[in-house]
Amino acid sequence: MDIAIKLINALLAVVFGVLGALVLYWVLNKIVEKLPNKVEDRVKPWVFIGPAVLLVGLFLIYPAIRTIILSFANSTSTAWVGTENYTNLLGSSSFQQVLINTLLWMIVVPTMSVALGLVVAVLADRLNPRNEKLSKSLIFMPMAISMVGAAAIWKIIYEAKPAGSTQTGLLNAIWVGLGGEPQAWLQFSQLRINSLLLMVILIWLQAGFCMVLLSAAIKGVPEDTIEAGRIDGASELAIFFRIVVPQIWPTVITVFVTVLIGVMKVFDIVYVMTGGNFNTDIVGNRFFSELFTNGNAGNAAAIVVMLMIAITPFMVYQVRQFRKQEVER
Amino acid sequence: MSTPTQTAPVAGLQGRSRRRAAKVATDKGKKPNIIITTVMVLLCIAWVLPTFGLFVTSLRPEEDINSSGWWTAFANPLSATTWTLENYQGVWSGGQTPINISFVNSLAVAIPATILPIMVAAFAAYAFTFMEFPGRDWIFVAFVALLVVPNQVALVPLLQFYGQIGLTGTFPAVWLAHAGFGMPLAVYILRNYMATLPRAVIESAKIDGASHFVTFWRLIVPMSVPALVSFAIFQFLWVWNDLLVALVFLGSGENMVLTVNIKGLVGQQGQGANLLTAGAFISMVIPLLVFVGLQRYFVRGMTSGAVKG
Repeated sequence: MDIAIKLINALLAVVFGVLGALVLYWVLNKIVEKLPNKVEDRVKPWVFIGPAVLLVGLFLIYPAIRTIILSFANSTSTAWVGTENYTNLLGSSSFQQVLINTLLWMIVVPTMSVALGLVVAVLADRLNPRNEKLSKSLIFMPMAISMVGAAAIWKIIYEAKPAGSTQTGLLNAIWVGLGGEPQAWLQFSQLRINSLLLMVILIWLQAGFCMVLLSAAIKGVPEDTIEAGRIDGASELAIFFRIVVPQIWPTVITVFVTVLIGVMKVFDIVYVMTGGNFNTDIVGNRFFSELFTNGNAGNAAAIVVMLMIAITPFMVYQVRQFRKQEVER
Repeated sequence: MSTPTQTAPVAGLQGRSRRRAAKVATDKGKKPNIIITTVMVLLCIAWVLPTFGLFVTSLRPEEDINSSGWWTAFANPLSATTWTLENYQGVWSGGQTPINISFVNSLAVAIPATILPIMVAAFAAYAFTFMEFPGRDWIFVAFVALLVVPNQVALVPLLQFYGQIGLTGTFPAVWLAHAGFGMPLAVYILRNYMATLPRAVIESAKIDGASHFVTFWRLIVPMSVPALVSFAIFQFLWVWNDLLVALVFLGSGENMVLTVNIKGLVGQQGQGANLLTAGAFISMVIPLLVFVGLQRYFVRGMTSGAVKG
């Protein structure tokens, strides 16, 4: 019964939300049409973009400004503390570890995702069309899986049982089969092996995304440039690195940056798998634990502000890319 | 990549025949060899194996899951005791947090959060594409810049704000948040798509005396269906798979969604750990169906530069 009510409410929200929006636009439109023509032409665009700007303003821009302000306030946002949140965080060795881990994620995950995506894109291009489609679909499929779902999937792989008993985790089964001692992999923080194993999950999720975009770029490389290389007797490897890669380089950078931005705010995988313990904590998870576990809104806000500052160069890059596209259009 | 270069003797040929010869040559150069095929087969297996392992595990009895690896199920694949649906039954309606309620909650969150932003974004995209007004380009650039802004920036103030007006833990809190967070991407995808529509159509509608409202509703919306679908898929998958926003605004109360519920199952050791596999698989069914059924739109959206930050 409860369930039926929830579903009906959701459907009602859709119907009334869509109808309401339509009626709102229609009414605003009618009102604007009553205005003198000159005024109408000036006001109408704002009627069209108004609600979108309002939503973005209310749910992104205004909260972002509030966050900056709150980052200078105490844990309950009741008194100013100056830059204390920042200095405390940056001074604490645990947060420094968080930064090191995050940096490691930012280097390893995009590099590996792009490299794997490129390898698959190039190799799949050489299969017959049916197999190409099938193999690409299989590698792309994890894109649909949530990070929580992925964590459940990889938990089975990293599972550890005490030495002597049968290993139910694939990794330990292989490890023990090769003569090793069973390891609790997610607690194995030497050389940050556990962090690397968590990164594997994200790479597994995202390589398909890179592959699709890179594959589209590779297919766009003009045949005659490759043919010219062949005629000159270049090897396939030389053709790939000297002719194909330079032409798809802009796409490689775009894909790398996109994955990188995603990695900087990853939360789910670490939160679900280790909760940030065993020296696997990263910025996204630390933000959450400051906000909820420690109830420290000031620290949480300061972490987000630092994240924003780190993302700003990519924002500039994004805008530049867009401007370039517009010129070419 | 060690295919020997198979250059056809094209040097002396001219024009069309030369091009055709070149085509044949590259097709030959692309012939799959055994190494490439092997590598690709191995990569595909590596990519599918983790999900396959989860699926097999979810169909095994609890004692078996705890005492042997999932691959051992294939030692005796036809035995009646190898497979069971107990985990699915258990996680669907049993235990303290049955997943059937979360499943409905996820639908109740994801459907409105997908559909509500579309209309708003479409109107805005129309204005950005077909109307002239001061500041237009700057406002649109602001949307582009917002694409990469992490949602985390909004969470602390929104949580405090929702707390003050008593919206925490309710569905509208999440719908509105997702509508706001998804807006830059929606406007971006739709505007980029509308910019490729033939201007002549809009001009002639204007000459026929159609207002912007009519042009939008009768012409542009029907023509933009592919882009609308692309965005809808992105947003639906994103909301359905989201953990952070759901955890912050809905938590684990009566409106708990699937991702939050499954997160709770991951924490369980021993008893109940078997339920996780079935629960995780149930949570993946809808995204995978959407994905397989609408993959073409999804890929089109991605290659047209639609990428959520």
